[in-house]
Amino acid sequence: MTSPDAHVVIVGAGHAGGTLAALLRQYGYAGPVTLVGEEPIPPYQRPPLSKAWLKGEADAESLALKPLEFYAENRIDFRPSVRAERIDRDRKALVLSDGTTLAYDILVLATGARAIRLPIPGADLEGILELRTAADAEALKAALGPGRTMAVVGGGYIGLEAAASARALGAEAIVLEREPRILARVAGEVLSNFFRTLHEGHGVRFLTGASVTGFRGEGGKVTGVELADGRVIDCDLALVGVGAVPNQELAQAAGLAVNRGVVVDLEARTSDPSIFAIGDVTLRPMPIYGRDFRMESVPNALEQAKQAACAITGRPAPAGETPWQWSDQYDIKLQIAGYNFDSDRTLVRGDPGSGRFAIFHLKGDQVQAVEAINSPPEFMMGRQLIGSRRPVDKQRLADPSVSMKEVAAA
Amino acid sequence: MAKITFIQHDGTEHVHEGKTGLSVMEVAVKNNVPGIDADCGGACACATCHVYVDAAWLEKTGDKTAMEESMLDFAEGVEPNSRLSCQIKVSDALDGLVVRLPESQH
Repeated sequence: MTSPDAHVVIVGAGHAGGTLAALLRQYGYAGPVTLVGEEPIPPYQRPPLSKAWLKGEADAESLALKPLEFYAENRIDFRPSVRAERIDRDRKALVLSDGTTLAYDILVLATGARAIRLPIPGADLEGILELRTAADAEALKAALGPGRTMAVVGGGYIGLEAAASARALGAEAIVLEREPRILARVAGEVLSNFFRTLHEGHGVRFLTGASVTGFRGEGGKVTGVELADGRVIDCDLALVGVGAVPNQELAQAAGLAVNRGVVVDLEARTSDPSIFAIGDVTLRPMPIYGRDFRMESVPNALEQAKQAACAITGRPAPAGETPWQWSDQYDIKLQIAGYNFDSDRTLVRGDPGSGRFAIFHLKGDQVQAVEAINSPPEFMMGRQLIGSRRPVDKQRLADPSVSMKEVAAA
Repeated sequence: MAKITFIQHDGTEHVHEGKTGLSVMEVAVKNNVPGIDADCGGACACATCHVYVDAAWLEKTGDKTAMEESMLDFAEGVEPNSRLSCQIKVSDALDGLVVRLPESQH
């Protein structure tokens, strides 16, 4: 339990950091709270940036987690446009890029992850974009429009969502994927094929096995993407979505345990008991899989914000969760529960051709993960089955005429 | 604009003005009302903004989509007046709306 006037300093005003600040007040914490962010605006939701926001269906106000005045009203000292440079653990102080030093009793690192940049020729040309922040999304939106061609480097979820939004805005989209199939790192073959067919039906073109070796430009602006086989794909802009790396340098320099992410426990505490870390930057335990890993998802950011808020305010820890995430592309809602670790069997429930089906990944009789396409029952019950570790009858699970409630009750 | 009353499971009331066009969930979240987590931010993907709509207001809050109906079918403590608050749009007609929060989100 924290002393009632302890100064909680949160570094990183993203989804995790912003949620933690609000939860501390919701849980009755009355001590000083400071929220330091690199971006000029208060915490906002990133997921719509590639979806509703990009298509013009959401505005800045609806993206914001809380209105700006919320922070002052709740005595949260929100400091935008400033970077944390260094942690002085001996003096319990945080040095900021504007020269000021903040003394902390509890420090929370919510520094997130950053998009990987390709170290290839031409990568600094104008018109080569990434998509993580609201500013990135503004630049992307400004570059899109009817008659424009966007090359998407990397066939992951962000690239695919952006391609879908580009088509909605009348732009051409061509996805360049190094692997033999899109979503190769994050989804099985059935789902990869489904999404490729879906996007092709909306006019998105794909080149798989396409290794990008450089960018071509004229007058400092990108005009094409060079592939290893010598082909050049013409474009007006290129969106690079090839994964992210954790912003762990601050923690690393301070001597905290890091391992492809800042190492935390189930209270979101780092190797220093006065320092927590939450969100995309962390490598955290996930008891249902008996392993530690790093996730890049909003539900995880919220869960770890809760873990830290509970630990700081002396509340009982939240019940263990089943990780999940979602994606919207065209009229398809994809909901994923769990992570596909150690599965020995994949089972498709329903017909992919119908646009409504679910893919279950099983380890023996236990569900490890489910990918549900326009199928809330499969997602909701699948999520419960992953959390409970209860064995399922595979034949009944594969039979859509047996309801998910019956499958779970068996 | 509409005045909306959120009643927590323990009886605590929170009254907030909601701007037309926002969802009832957004009004709760932007005002830090405890018990509405809204993990997915309104994508109808998570069922963590479940509320019970007071009987007098059920009709005015409109019909559920098939997706909302399906998500609710698997949420905890569902009643006939259950809704996902991200799917209810604020309008002048909802001025005075009262919603109660379930225990599971408490």
